[in-house]
Amino acid sequence: MEYHVNEKGYYGDFGGAYIPEMLYPNVEELRSKYLDIMNEPSFKEEFDQLLKDYVGRPSPLYLAKRLSEKYKTKVYLKREDLNHTGAHKINNTIGQILVAKKLGKNRIIAETGAGQHGVATATVCALAGIQCIVYMGEIDIKRQAPNVARMKMLGAEVRPAKSGSKTLKDATNEAIRDWINNPVDTHYIIGSAIGPHPYPDMVTRFQSIISEEIKWQLKEHEGRENPDYIVACIGGGSNAAGTYYHFLDTPEVGIIAVEAAGKGVSSGKSAATSKLGKEGVIHGCKTLLMQSLDGQITEPYSISAGLDYPGVGPMHAHLARTGRAEFFSVTDDDAMTAGLELSQLEGIIPAIESSHALAIFNEKKFKPDDVVVISLSGRGDKDLNTYIDYFKL
Amino acid sequence: MNRINQKLREDKKLLSIYFTAGYPMLNDTATILEKLEESGVDMVEIGLPFSDPLADGPTIQESSTIALKNGMTTIKLFEQLKDIRKKVSIPLVIMGYFNPMMQYGVEAFCQKCEEIGIDGLIIPDLPVAEYDEHYRAIFEKHGLINVFLITPQTGEDRIRFIDSVSNGFIYMVSSASVTGSTSGFGNTQEDYFKRIASMNLKSPQIVGFGINNAETFTQATTTAKGAIIGSAFIKMITKDGISGIENFVQGIR
Repeated sequence: MEYHVNEKGYYGDFGGAYIPEMLYPNVEELRSKYLDIMNEPSFKEEFDQLLKDYVGRPSPLYLAKRLSEKYKTKVYLKREDLNHTGAHKINNTIGQILVAKKLGKNRIIAETGAGQHGVATATVCALAGIQCIVYMGEIDIKRQAPNVARMKMLGAEVRPAKSGSKTLKDATNEAIRDWINNPVDTHYIIGSAIGPHPYPDMVTRFQSIISEEIKWQLKEHEGRENPDYIVACIGGGSNAAGTYYHFLDTPEVGIIAVEAAGKGVSSGKSAATSKLGKEGVIHGCKTLLMQSLDGQITEPYSISAGLDYPGVGPMHAHLARTGRAEFFSVTDDDAMTAGLELSQLEGIIPAIESSHALAIFNEKKFKPDDVVVISLSGRGDKDLNTYIDYFKL
Repeated sequence: MNRINQKLREDKKLLSIYFTAGYPMLNDTATILEKLEESGVDMVEIGLPFSDPLADGPTIQESSTIALKNGMTTIKLFEQLKDIRKKVSIPLVIMGYFNPMMQYGVEAFCQKCEEIGIDGLIIPDLPVAEYDEHYRAIFEKHGLINVFLITPQTGEDRIRFIDSVSNGFIYMVSSASVTGSTSGFGNTQEDYFKRIASMNLKSPQIVGFGINNAETFTQATTTAKGAIIGSAFIKMITKDGISGIENFVQGIR
């Protein structure tokens, strides 16, 4: 079975580039050049250097002893939360800003939900001295005030998306419209493993540093490169894509994806796309998508703004359909409890997105000699208000 | 012969109007179509509303949101159009995004269009290559013309390819923009219109995006076969209602 993207931009039945003609030149330019650019020695050198000196990579692979004891299995945490800006998002934005420079673009646009990708984009734009405009749903701007302030402090302009449901999907629509209106000088930094080909593959490759490091780090810890299981949370799926990438073709590594069930998969307030989604087209790709019978895209719900997306990256749709990955969904309550538990067992406050991955222990029992690697995709600072409200801290 | 191709043979500049089905009121569709024909419009694009219309500006987005709130669906639209050919004889094109068509089933959708007497489709987010490979045979089986867009950024080779796949007209997007966002045409547009005219394409071109009055209509149709008005029409109907249609159309030419 092939799990990587094919020449036409598909992962099995999913992917492609379902874009209006207005975007064709931009997307085609990127498609025809991204691999060559990424393979240039000068690009690699600059990318690696920035990941090391600016982002702080490699991020540690940490053996979580007390968590392991509690769940009677061997748990490692891949500490993406320790990256500069507090999450895995920066791996991709560093890569894409360098691509944008190679393409001669002098204006960057991005979409953001919770603000993490927006902050990561604003950060690299400041670093590169390039103009940055971030689209964010009007509702999210109110919910995520600290990240809005961060973006502004970094010199970015935050533009409210006022259309539709005024959240992430609408911010993405607005960013796409901006790109249609500014086809020549602008690069669109998509933050997840979604969008028209080549975005899912490009984002996945930039995030694949996560699994690349896990392999050699686990070798140091355990004397073997491959864990028994690799676990990540999935919204659009960028941290998951990077966490799985170098294990996709190693069938002995079990791939586990954790989606946000919200108030429960059947509650009507959920973001469990693999269970609730049907094949459809959103934001330029064919994938699993939460929608009405009539094909209108529906509004997902999760307590975690980063998992609150009605689709899932096309690679993940393919992993779900082929059974290569096992998909679980975790409720708000279980995720919040898992976040509190990690804080008190290991002294690490996780992002609520990552707390979903940590709640896997409610869903699946592991053997005592299993090695389980969990991607701790981000830190919980940004979620403190949500934790405070939830636990009445 | 398909009504679109017949119309394209007429010795006149064509005025085409876009409106969003289900807006302002759910059941206005047939009435609007009749009024448009009576007022002398040559062709109509019936917008099938979508929750996430990527290529559209605020006016059409807003009309789509309201149409969906009013209860417009694909099934509903087909019901409303069931007997339309008893009353309206100008070419009718459905313009919508791919996902709702996919959910209805592309084959079933095309079959329904044929039954009703729809002449063509415009699906901005269905790429030419995808259409050519997977859907062309279905469209042609049901006698539907698929209309593709070109923009000022579209390269010559690609325009030639799009021309070769087209069996009706080419939808020429006037400028790098979403719908409804330009005001007036300048030298850039004139050069672009001339450049396309000089390519001697087999498919006639109809210009869309940014046409909102007699002046822009005349500019757009100096070289092209016709022009499409969308956002400006929706703004008018929001303000004046269906009774404003005749005046609006007469004001264009």
